[in-house]
Amino acid sequence: MEYVIEMLNIRKEFPGIVANDNINLQVEKGEIHALLGENGAGKSTLMNVLFGLYQPEKGEIKVKGEKVKITDPNVANKLGIGMVHQHFMLVDTFTVTENIVLGSEPKKGGTVDIKKAEKEVKELSERYGLNVDPGAKIRDISVGMQQRVEILKTLYRGAEILILDEPTAVLTPQEIKELIGIMHSLVKEGKSIILITHKLKEIMEVCDRCTVIRKGEGIGTVKVADTNPTELASLMVGREVSFSTEKTPANPKETFLSIKDLFVKDVRGVNMVKGLNLEVKAGEIVGIAGIDGNGQSELIEAIAGLRKSESGSIKLHDQVITNLSPRKVTQSGVSHIPQDRHKFGLVLDFPVGENMVLQSYYQQPFSKKGVMNFKNIYKKAQELIEEYDVRTPNAYTKARALSGGNQQKAIIGREVDRSPDLIIAAQPTRGLDVGAIEFIHKKLIEERDKGRAVLLLSFELEEIMNLSDRIAVMFDGRIISEVKPEDTNEQDLGLMMAGNTPQKAGGS
Amino acid sequence: MFANRTINILIPIISVLLGLLSGAVIMLVFGYNPLKGYAALWTGAFGDAYFLGETLRQVTPYILSGLAVAFALRTGLLNIGVEGQVFVGWVASVWVGVAFELPMILHLPLAVLAAALAGAFWGFIPGILKAKLGVHEVIVTIMMNYIALYLSNEIVRNVITDGKDRTDSIAPTASLASEWLAGMTFYSRLHWGLLIALFMALVMWFLLNKTTRGFELRSVGFNQHASNYAGMSVGKNIVLAMVISGAFAGLAGAMEGLGTFGYMSVKSGFTNIGFDGIAVALLGANTALGVVLAAFLFGTLKIGALNMPTVAGVPTELVEIVIALIIIFVASSYMIRWIILRFKKEGK
Ligand SMILES: Nc1ncnc2c1ncn2[C@@H]1O[C@H](COP(=O)(O)OP(=O)(O)O)[C@@H](O)[C@H]1O
Ligand SMILES: [Mg+2]
Repeated sequence: MEYVIEMLNIRKEFPGIVANDNINLQVEKGEIHALLGENGAGKSTLMNVLFGLYQPEKGEIKVKGEKVKITDPNVANKLGIGMVHQHFMLVDTFTVTENIVLGSEPKKGGTVDIKKAEKEVKELSERYGLNVDPGAKIRDISVGMQQRVEILKTLYRGAEILILDEPTAVLTPQEIKELIGIMHSLVKEGKSIILITHKLKEIMEVCDRCTVIRKGEGIGTVKVADTNPTELASLMVGREVSFSTEKTPANPKETFLSIKDLFVKDVRGVNMVKGLNLEVKAGEIVGIAGIDGNGQSELIEAIAGLRKSESGSIKLHDQVITNLSPRKVTQSGVSHIPQDRHKFGLVLDFPVGENMVLQSYYQQPFSKKGVMNFKNIYKKAQELIEEYDVRTPNAYTKARALSGGNQQKAIIGREVDRSPDLIIAAQPTRGLDVGAIEFIHKKLIEERDKGRAVLLLSFELEEIMNLSDRIAVMFDGRIISEVKPEDTNEQDLGLMMAGNTPQKAGGS
Repeated sequence: MFANRTINILIPIISVLLGLLSGAVIMLVFGYNPLKGYAALWTGAFGDAYFLGETLRQVTPYILSGLAVAFALRTGLLNIGVEGQVFVGWVASVWVGVAFELPMILHLPLAVLAAALAGAFWGFIPGILKAKLGVHEVIVTIMMNYIALYLSNEIVRNVITDGKDRTDSIAPTASLASEWLAGMTFYSRLHWGLLIALFMALVMWFLLNKTTRGFELRSVGFNQHASNYAGMSVGKNIVLAMVISGAFAGLAGAMEGLGTFGYMSVKSGFTNIGFDGIAVALLGANTALGVVLAAFLFGTLKIGALNMPTVAGVPTELVEIVIALIIIFVASSYMIRWIILRFKKEGK
């Protein structure tokens, strides 16, 4: 069997770390080959080596059996290698076609023949079922569409081997399905695909073979048909991983959070939460299931004091916390793991240590009479770093330098450590790998068992099913039904999330 | 081999050296002797006690205007209005200096305080406009500079005096000038304000790095969303940052009004103390110590340059070019960073 791509014994160093060592990757023609590894394992680095963005310190690369030296992306393009990066590289104000032909425009006279280009783009798009509008501006199309433009860009340049770097991370479940369809039609036409991901489900679903990297080292390649998610996960993390988190039945006590008839508007002034009622008791995890955009974010921001409620009430114990300032809400015993950890959860340019006291810096022992006590702050930070397994060179490292999973662990450590009565966890594991997910789930269950009330928001049904003691389905600004995870399945949940209420005849 | 911190210190130093080197090349190209030119600059700045005194005198307002810009930048704000805040500070200090008869122990602090308050108020306006209405501070502060210039002239001409172009000299009880300092430096205009400036650098360092207020100010400067999430008041901190920055700038005005000149005159244009503060802050990497060092360099260059035409025949404008080049080199620190990293790699 001849390989279209062979990367042998690759080693790539960055100042201070070895990002790739001893990695072998062999891709067959017409296959979808998964590259699996935790965040920071070195997947993107390896692919950047293949794409000519980095030069390896050791190892050789063969394309179709011939030894090559890929000195820059243009060389890669000529060899038929195309890459769709984790972060898109598109010009916002240009059209789809303009973006695709950028740098290799068809010329007529001295000008760009945009008509011809549009026709070619259209043909390519139809051939692979990509369904993009060649004339649309990038800023007007969805992220999923932008990704397809990136794919088209590589095809337009004649790519035979496509590298997709975590393409599903930014997509909705529906878009993921469509992308999988596109990948299938690409390989049918004889293309080969290298798919980077840390989602095992996707690998099982679409890939033929899978190469695993762990902490920069090549672990090996397995045939997907001969393996299972559990084996893949333990190859990836290097230890046994359990998927469905172990937990004892909940033991709910008194009501901690009660929301009555709540109305909340979004930034545009449109009502997003419309008369919502919800209770969360001590010692239980209530999961909010719903399709993004049904008022979940507004609900959570309203509880946390980040958004004004129009009417209705939010009570913690007997204290009304509706429209209190975020500080007052925090002081009354609420912790909030925010959806967007970069925007809300962390000051990325602050050291990890200072991020650990972001809400409590003004209290003793972290400060006294307005003067900070950094000794105590960093002592606390060190404790949290150890307890929550935040992997960072030290507490003085800027939060920006940490991987997503470790940033999230830092936030969770900070929020849980305040011993709150209510923990709001909004998409606590978004974008994280299985190791980190497992850890975070365990922590949330621990907190539940300590008698805290946990309100979980997640768009991953698996997470909702696994973690919740009670599931509240949110649709169009209200909770339209509540079920126990053991009394439902993903199918039924999906239906309810679309607005059907199977328990009550007739629906909403 | 090099920590990030070392690189951050190396960049301004290398920029200064490159700036001086380019200045030498320019002198050569235009037929001047660079060695003679720089020797003249050196004597002009440190050659005898008088020059040293004048250099330190020039450094004083630079420290304060540099602190004003740096403080704002550290809290995420670009205060282009330091120039205007210097003006109102200058006028306010002189006004108090001529209008009252008080014992020195009250009069001097009152005059200094008036300058700080006037500058603070001039910072408050763009601050509140940004906090409440989201108006960008750069636009407002630029406009406030002109308002300050013409308002100051109006006050000098029609409020403090009766149609004159300069005020009377301030009462000795409000003056920062010192017989002793002047006597030590062959009657330069060196005054006690230098101590105020150095003390304020200490204040800025302490406030930003050691207090909870500074923590909030820096946090809001980096990320307003996270600061709001963490329970800090974003609007309040923005206003406060501009007020404090303005107060530093107002004090720079007091250095001129109560120290160097002892009066205020009608001005046809800006003093540039505020605008030079931007360069000082940039070169000083927005830290208190960095600003003090950068202010020393700028003061030295400016005063030393005065000696160059007579002694070496080099026009003073050359120093302006050198300063501009230093700023360009600092601004393109990316390039220097890259060169340092390359050396580091090869050195390994
Ligand atoms: N340009 C770079 N300079 C220094 N370190 C880097 C660079 N790119 C990646 N790294 C480091 O190399 C390691 C692997 O990163 P990456 O390949 O992005 O991981 P993955 O894509 O598997 O999440 C990480 O520790 C990362 O911090
Ligand atoms: Mg990556």
